[in-house]
Amino acid sequence: MYRYDAIDKTLVNERVAQFRDQTRRYLAGELSEDEFRHLRLRNGLYIQRHAPMLRVAIPYGLLSSVQVRTLAAIARRYDRGYGHFTTRQNIQYNWPKLEEVPDILAELATVEMHAIQTSGNCIRNTTSDHLAGVTPDELEDPRPWCEIIRQWSALHPEFTYLPRKFKIAVTGSPRDRAASLVHDVGVHIVRGADGELGFEILAGGGLGRTPIIGQVVRHFLPREHLLSYLEAVLRVYNREGRRDNLTKARIKILVRSMGIEEFTRRVESEWELIKEGGLRVTEAEIARMRSFFNPPAYRSLRNTEPAAGKETAFRAWYRYNTSEHKVPGYRVVYVSLKRADAAPGDATDAQLELIADLADRYSFGEVRVTHTQNLLLTDVEQQQTYELWQTLHAAGLATPNIGTLTDMICCPGLDFCSLANAGSIEVAKLINERFDDYDYVYDLGELELKMSGCMNACGHHHVGHIGILGVDKGGEEWYQITIGGAAGADASLGTVIGPSVAKADVPETLARLLEVYVERRHADERFLDTVRRLGVKPFKERVYAALAAA
Amino acid sequence: MPRWLLRDGQVVADDWRNLSDAEIDDSSALILSVDQWLSDRDRWIRRGGRLGVILAPAHNVELLVPDLARLDLVGAEFPNPSEGRGYTQGRLLRERWKFAGELRAAGAIRRDQLFFLARCGFNSFELPESELAGASSALSTFSAAYQPSNDAGLSVELRRRF
Repeated sequence: MYRYDAIDKTLVNERVAQFRDQTRRYLAGELSEDEFRHLRLRNGLYIQRHAPMLRVAIPYGLLSSVQVRTLAAIARRYDRGYGHFTTRQNIQYNWPKLEEVPDILAELATVEMHAIQTSGNCIRNTTSDHLAGVTPDELEDPRPWCEIIRQWSALHPEFTYLPRKFKIAVTGSPRDRAASLVHDVGVHIVRGADGELGFEILAGGGLGRTPIIGQVVRHFLPREHLLSYLEAVLRVYNREGRRDNLTKARIKILVRSMGIEEFTRRVESEWELIKEGGLRVTEAEIARMRSFFNPPAYRSLRNTEPAAGKETAFRAWYRYNTSEHKVPGYRVVYVSLKRADAAPGDATDAQLELIADLADRYSFGEVRVTHTQNLLLTDVEQQQTYELWQTLHAAGLATPNIGTLTDMICCPGLDFCSLANAGSIEVAKLINERFDDYDYVYDLGELELKMSGCMNACGHHHVGHIGILGVDKGGEEWYQITIGGAAGADASLGTVIGPSVAKADVPETLARLLEVYVERRHADERFLDTVRRLGVKPFKERVYAALAAA
Repeated sequence: MPRWLLRDGQVVADDWRNLSDAEIDDSSALILSVDQWLSDRDRWIRRGGRLGVILAPAHNVELLVPDLARLDLVGAEFPNPSEGRGYTQGRLLRERWKFAGELRAAGAIRRDQLFFLARCGFNSFELPESELAGASSALSTFSAAYQPSNDAGLSVELRRRF
């Protein structure tokens, strides 16, 4: 993985010093509430329902075991012993004390981490495919490019006060696992006409109040121009994006109102003026960045059948919680943070320390965060998966549900977030109680359930095969259900099935939707594909007939 | 009462005047709004004193390009702390249009914005008096940078070359 050099270290340490001074001035009354808000928001610090919330960046979801142990130590010392992994591969602490945040940042800096630009109207953490570098289906490992973007975007002098937040996702695989089509900018590694690798650039995607799928701005960009092109996109957005209305300030609204052709024309003409400037990425720099992501020292092994003859629980786990690795004899292992009795995406300090130890023992000392709020050990020898499973199982980290209904994405909701209308965690619990029969859940096959506590859509509900959105109706929590959304290369926005339902009715509403699916699916057809084939109508009819009868 | 500035790293009294100020004459260094400038351009040019124009956030800097050689100062207005268009205005004036005069940031500016503003080419800052003491050290907040930009007067010693 990338290691800091003198430039990175200097910047992160100086940022800690700057933030320490800003916090001191605020606590001394030298900065007003509003002045400090603009400053803390550029460093991941929100003031939330119970306490400040600190979001720490995990660039493209990659962590060393040393970093994981530091995250655990921070959870124990400054928080209440846990952290929450987010849909953008970051970690959030829900209970830090404001006056201790500079100390937390200083500890993070010792392990080459920070909270720079994890909130506020600036360029956020760059996210990527959690299977980067180990999946057989990618053209190229996107992480060197993610790191190049991370550096270019960090403390960018021109783009720190944008009209609104700005999120970039990069993928090297045609199977988009980074939800790049619902990002402000999506960067896809593609092959050009002559076979050379470059980028397809998309812009204007996003979720929130007005969900929109991103559109192609450029079909092929030679790789040395990546940063100048991004700079051109950002400059057009910074100049032209709306600043009069917060809900219309994202780049997606600009692209929609200008039209993709006009937006593209402006980006291209800006780019023509800067492409030969100082942002050209040199071959030497590409090689230097790639060297940080060289494959680890894999042993020469053959593929095996580790599940053969083992108990049912291991076989289920192996089938659902591990996936193919490009190197023979290895397997990618998901550490499920979706236990029925815990908040989705939460991990305790002890679990984090255990995972760090397991990473050292089984997976070259690295851990990854998925955008579906699980952790990954990417390089496990197949023959060691049984031993690894035993430890994970004993620690409650082997819930065999990856990619199924109960592997749901969920925002922190009312329990923590001051924006939320709904207690997403509580609803997740009700759903887990209703769907506790693994045979039934497995029979449903691949299913993405995504839940957000409010319009801001941190839980990506618009692009869930089933989406659940918390809405406030006269002070009560209600839930709007959408079906048919998807976040991958075939991204689509879900359709609302009808009026929102009461909290207690959410599990039964899901049961009715799934009932229609089971009755009408073709062989091996996913829920998503059945919805796409049949449309919303039969699902809607069943749900509201059942609610009326109840 | 003089207005105070941080200019080229020094706290100085502002030697520029607005039309609304008392005691201005043809030799005063005068900062005009874009509207004032465009509505009576020839008159301002004839008067002989130094001229500056302050851009509102929505203005394209290209408005001033034909006249940049006549202007000793260009300003960017930051009406509130979340306004960010001036950063682009600064970079374009310096990098694309090679403006070499005083580039001034005015409005809701605090020491916390100075480093980035300076990297975008600004060399003068209208600050409230309470901010003046900490202002010049804010220009050395960071001694490294990832992006190529305008770092005249800054001590950015470490620099990434992509």
